[in-house]
Amino acid sequence: MNKKDYIIGKIDTAAGKVPVISTVWSNSDLISTIKVRWAIGRMNYKVKQGFYAIGTPDENSDIFVSANFKLSFDHLRKALHDMNAWVLVLDTKGINVWCAAGKGTFGTKELTYRIKAHELDKIVNHKNIIVPQLGAVGVSAHEVKSKTGFRVIYGPVRASDINAFVNAGYKATPEMRKVSFPLKERMKLIPVELSYGKYYLLFIPALFFILSGINSKGYSVDLAWTTGGKAFVNLFTAYLCGSVLTPILLPWIPFKRFSLKGLSIVWVLSILLFYFNFFGNTITEIISWFLITGSISSFLAMNYTGTSTFTSLSGVQKEMKTALPMQIGFAALGLIGWIIKRFI
Amino acid sequence: MNGLTYLKNVVTLSLDIQKCNGCKMCTIVCPHEVFIIKDKKAFIDKKDLCMECGACEKNCPQVAISVKSGVGCAAGIINGILRGTEPSCDCSSSNAKSGCC
Ligand code: SF4
Ligand code: SF4
Repeated sequence: MNKKDYIIGKIDTAAGKVPVISTVWSNSDLISTIKVRWAIGRMNYKVKQGFYAIGTPDENSDIFVSANFKLSFDHLRKALHDMNAWVLVLDTKGINVWCAAGKGTFGTKELTYRIKAHELDKIVNHKNIIVPQLGAVGVSAHEVKSKTGFRVIYGPVRASDINAFVNAGYKATPEMRKVSFPLKERMKLIPVELSYGKYYLLFIPALFFILSGINSKGYSVDLAWTTGGKAFVNLFTAYLCGSVLTPILLPWIPFKRFSLKGLSIVWVLSILLFYFNFFGNTITEIISWFLITGSISSFLAMNYTGTSTFTSLSGVQKEMKTALPMQIGFAALGLIGWIIKRFI
Repeated sequence: MNGLTYLKNVVTLSLDIQKCNGCKMCTIVCPHEVFIIKDKKAFIDKKDLCMECGACEKNCPQVAISVKSGVGCAAGIINGILRGTEPSCDCSSSNAKSGCC
C-alpha cells in the first residue's frame, strides 16, 4: 500500500511548488476508513500537514482548512471534487477537527502559524480562509484576522455540504450549521466504543466463568460449563444493551440520563432472561443478576456521553455524581450476592 | 433533536447583552442554534441545548459570552478523577466520530 497515493502531481505557485491531491478515494483509502472505525492499528492515519492543491487552482481560488487526521482530510478532498481549490492541513496530531479543536491543536495558534509559514498571502490575492464550523471551538476568527489579515469564514459542519455552501455564496443554511446525531452516526460509534473496552469486556466473562465452577464441595468443571454458560449469556446481554441498543434507541428511551437509559433497557431484557431461567432460581441469585446486568449496561451507556453530540460537561458531571456510586454499588452487591450463592 | 436533549438547567452559559453588538458570530458557530438575534442583539434562546463546546465564547469579538467549556464525556471525567486533573478526553485518532470523543 502506497501511503501517499493521494498525491498526483505538483503545481507551481509564487511560494514554490505545491503538491496536487486526488479527489477520488483509492481502495486503500476505503480500507483505512473501515480500519479507523474498528480502531485497527490506530496511529497510522495521519496525513502530512501542509499546503495542497486540488485541480488547477490559481490566486483567486478558495482555501479550505482541514485537520491531518486522514478521515477528515479524505472527506474534504472528496467533497472538493470538480473544484479548483487550495487545502491547508493543520497539524492536529492525527486527530479529527472537533476533538482537536477541543484540545486546542486545531486552533488559532496553529492556523496563524501555517498561514504565515506557507505564505498564503503570496499565493492568493484574496484574504478569505474557509474553516470547518466545528473548528470554531479552537479557532478565534477575530484573533486570526488581527494576526494574519485573513478573514475566517466558517464553512458547514459536514464536508459533503461544501458544494452547496460555495454555490450559495458562502452561506450555510441553518441545517448545515447544526450538529445532529442521526441513527447512521450513532451506529458508526458502536464499533468505536466496543473496541475501546475490548479487554475489560472479555475479562469479566472469563472471571465469571472461572468462578462458576466453585461450590461448597470444591471445584466442578461441569458446573463451570452450565453456570458459566448462563453467566456468559447474561453478561453478553448487558453489553448488548449498554453498547449497542442504547445508542440505537437513544432518542426513544424516555430518560434524559444515559445511565438510566442503559439501566432501563437492560432490565426489560433481564425480565426475559429471568423468565427463561438464566438468572438461576434462588432469590439471591436473581437479584444479584439484576444488579450486575444493570450496573454494566448503565456504565457502558453512560460512556456514550463522550461520543454523543449534545451532552454538556456540567450535565455529565451532574449525572455521574449519582450514577457512578449507583453502578459501583450495584456491581459490588451483585457480585457478593452471586458469590455467596455459590456456597449455599 | 426532540428525543436528543440532555439534562435541564445545568449549563454554565451566560451572555452580557450590554457588550453585544449584534455581529451574529455566535449564531454562526453554535452547532445547536442556542442563540437568536433580535433587534441587533443576541439572546440565549435554547439554553438547555448548549453542549458547552465554547465556540461562541471564543469567537465573540466583544467578549460578551462566557461558558465553562469542556467535553461532556464520562470517560474523560473518570480520567480526570483518577489523575486528579481537569476532565480530559483520552481520544486518540481512532475516534472517527464527526464530533468529539
Ligand atoms: S458574537 Fe458576541 S457580539 Fe456578536 S452577536 Fe454574538 S454575543 Fe453579540
Ligand atoms: S458553548 Fe457551544 S453549544 Fe453552547 S452556546 Fe456556545 S457554541 Fe452553542
